[in-house]
Amino acid sequence: MISVQEADFDIGALYESLRAEADNAGAIATFTGLVREFYEASDKGAKPSVQSLFLEHYPGMTEKALSDIVAQAQARWDVLACRVVHRVGELQAKEQIVYVGVASTHRADAFAAAEFIMDYLKTRAPFWKKQAAGDKTQWIESRESDELARKRWE
Amino acid sequence: MLKVHYFAALRETLGSTGEELNLPRADMTVAQLIEHLLEGRAESWAILNDSSQVLVAVDQTIADRTTSLAGAAEVAFFPPMTGG
Repeated sequence: MISVQEADFDIGALYESLRAEADNAGAIATFTGLVREFYEASDKGAKPSVQSLFLEHYPGMTEKALSDIVAQAQARWDVLACRVVHRVGELQAKEQIVYVGVASTHRADAFAAAEFIMDYLKTRAPFWKKQAAGDKTQWIESRESDELARKRWE
Repeated sequence: MLKVHYFAALRETLGSTGEELNLPRADMTVAQLIEHLLEGRAESWAILNDSSQVLVAVDQTIADRTTSLAGAAEVAFFPPMTGG
């Protein structure tokens, strides 16, 4: 249900596993996050092209935080099955980094739960991104807009 | 024995991944732990007091400076998260 891993993931297989697990599902909403080529928040002046990203996390707390977030979503919406996958370690631009899939009886709950999980994941799960562009590396700064996105669910 | 972890940009600022220490008092708060950690250390450590730049987790759950460390095994300090 929750996986923190270095390896890439297969969204087709994740979708099929949700479809197999969730009896009577009428909707499956899925989200895939990719490594961008530019991270504006940390750009000072010129926009460097991101060659790679390093994802650090807090082993143990990461899995616990993601489980808590999924449990909150299950308490608020009709969630028949759920998958959350987040990659760590070194990733290249355009690679897949995060996946959230939610199966529900109806689409409104599937969309809402998936969005809720992503908004909380970005601000409450202990992951940190460091970008490498050219010969420079830089930690990516958190964005106020991500915190505002999470707060609207309170 | 309390385990203290430092992550990401904070780990680099402090030049430490973490440490193990015995608390002078078992019922200290996070703020008192920070005060204890700052004793005799470089100015860079004062960043631990800045709750906008440094978040804290006690036993792998998000906490704040007023959280008690009674019975806690692990404390972690880190910058705001940037996953997803």
